[in-house]
Amino acid sequence: MTPLPERPITVIKPSKGWVPVDLRDLWSYRDLFYILALRDIKVRYKQTLLGVAWAVIQPLATMIIFTVLFGRIANMPSDGIPYPIFAYAGLLPWTFFANAVTNSGNSLVGNTALITKVYFPRLLIPMATVAAGLVDFMIAFGILLILMLLYGVPFTLNLAILPFLLVLTSLTAVGVGLWMSALNVKYRDVRHALPFLVQIGMFVTPIIYPPSAIPEQWRWIITLNPLAGQIEAYRAAIVGRPFDWLPLGVSVAVTAAILVYSAFMFKRMERRFADII
Amino acid sequence: MRPIIKIENIGKQYRIGGPKREPYATLRESIVEKASAPLRALRRQSDSEDELFWALRHIDLEVEQGEAVGIIGRNGAGKSTLLKILSRITEPTEGRVDLYGRIGSLLEVGTGFHPELTGRENIFLNGAILGMRREEIKRKFDEIVDFAGIEKFLETPVKRYSSGMYVRLAFAVAANLEPEILVVDEVLAVGDAEFQKKCLGKMSDVASHGRTVLFVSHNMAAVKSLCGRTVLLDNGEVTASGGTDEVISAYLSGAGGVENFIDFGDCGFIHEDIRVNSLGVRAVGKNFSDPILRDNDIEVIAQLENGDTAGHVYHLTLRLKGEDGTFILVTSSSSFDEELIRPGSQQVRMLIPKNFFNLGTFYLDLLLVEDHRRIVAIQDDAVSFLVNPEENPLGRWMGITRGFLRPTFDWERIV
Repeated sequence: MTPLPERPITVIKPSKGWVPVDLRDLWSYRDLFYILALRDIKVRYKQTLLGVAWAVIQPLATMIIFTVLFGRIANMPSDGIPYPIFAYAGLLPWTFFANAVTNSGNSLVGNTALITKVYFPRLLIPMATVAAGLVDFMIAFGILLILMLLYGVPFTLNLAILPFLLVLTSLTAVGVGLWMSALNVKYRDVRHALPFLVQIGMFVTPIIYPPSAIPEQWRWIITLNPLAGQIEAYRAAIVGRPFDWLPLGVSVAVTAAILVYSAFMFKRMERRFADII
Repeated sequence: MRPIIKIENIGKQYRIGGPKREPYATLRESIVEKASAPLRALRRQSDSEDELFWALRHIDLEVEQGEAVGIIGRNGAGKSTLLKILSRITEPTEGRVDLYGRIGSLLEVGTGFHPELTGRENIFLNGAILGMRREEIKRKFDEIVDFAGIEKFLETPVKRYSSGMYVRLAFAVAANLEPEILVVDEVLAVGDAEFQKKCLGKMSDVASHGRTVLFVSHNMAAVKSLCGRTVLLDNGEVTASGGTDEVISAYLSGAGGVENFIDFGDCGFIHEDIRVNSLGVRAVGKNFSDPILRDNDIEVIAQLENGDTAGHVYHLTLRLKGEDGTFILVTSSSSFDEELIRPGSQQVRMLIPKNFFNLGTFYLDLLLVEDHRRIVAIQDDAVSFLVNPEENPLGRWMGITRGFLRPTFDWERIV
């Protein structure tokens, strides 16, 4: 028989107030994170006719509609970038973000059986859902490369920033997703509000239009939207223009704030998940 | 020796109707609630005690390393709540638990199985959910597949599995967990008899290797075979703790909350000149204080005095109800004998054959009927009784069987 440790491995007692995220616990469950993400990826396109093609259809079709509607008919400015590239460069991160937030917002409720039957850090569920969306992003990114070739957009060193941007967008999505998923456990209103919020989000983010289309004195408002700075940076990276660092810096700061707030919020609500889900 | 599990004064409070009746709030309700909070705060002072209920209270328990402890009790006694607290699914409202070992819980086999994924994929998924590292699962993969006996279906999505295969695979993954403390809830309620035997064997293996097992079950035979010590929970509190045999017999006889005999007394069950003095249920040949087993003949005995001179005909009618109040059947003495109840003092008896009831608690309403058409006296839930499991040999079906009744009918081979 192995001797018992001097101090308890686990102490269970009621928690009070704000609790920090237990990073060590989270790390020890890293395999589960990976397997949950893998599960979401494998299951996502099971029993669909078009399968992974959906990852391409969504941003591509939207881009085509936007190009016709806003690029041709409404003559929306696009800072001199071919409108299809302009729109697609915005839609690529936006589609990833929107799907990630929607899916992770519903992820806890969709995993009720797990939450009421086994212990593991609940943070993993919305986080793994966001990670699963990265596959779709990669596929859609392949289409972007093809579009760039078609429109003769040269590949520049600026593209090297994309991994960093993708991490940033993922963190923004995790921040918002955690918050939504925890709220959803208590208030199922979230499920109905999410698609609507995502739709509004697309219009208050410079996807259809460039930030330069907004009057100078109001532009700072849009900068507070953490995705605005990111999407501009994606565009700059793709068409090889200089980066506008200020909005990107604001985006990093706002994302950090959302992430910290959501994590604490999540931990606070987490203790009652199993009782009220 | 120091205990591996030390439970100190654990309590868990639920808001009544909270978890069940209102599964979740909506924002609107929450806003309305906030708006009316000042009003309610006034009202609350009087009835705040009524809104909350302790599913578990004042639980103190120490478990030594290598011990297998059974936890028994009626439905709603708090067994599952205790296990949920120990496995950190839900937080206690008060108290503290110190665990000196890694805990693995098996509250439901197949938790986290995804129907679309193959057997192989689900082994990894389920293992990870139960807290196993990937390396650990890989190392035990063959053993798991072997234990479950599903080699041929490894690449088949589990939604195409039979329920038996599904359960076998799920248990096989869980059984190969190697925590220092294993918490098991009613896993025997599924699977066929042979597999249940295999599971029990696996669990006593675990215990004999110096690991600790906490075992919740309704199956007394399984508890007896596995656990040296047993804790009885009733209404969220520990009411008995000690050697398994003593605690089980305390559980079976001290049917808390069950009143299988009623003395109506002076102001009791009375109509004009006829009165029922008492009503009781017991196993034939036993006392009212003895437990009723499923394979006992059961008798319902009424003691009554009939001083009627107006020439009325009286009958007793019994309505049988289940634990949740569902009416199961109604039986009347009129169907048996027109003149069962004669003038004078007498005892009448109704016999229920053995192996008629399923396990559980049953309630009887007593009705006095005059001249086949008028109910003149009625006593809802006059008596209640608990039907306990018969002494079953191990290896037979030990799970929960659905339904109120489980009568033995004649089965024969006709071709």
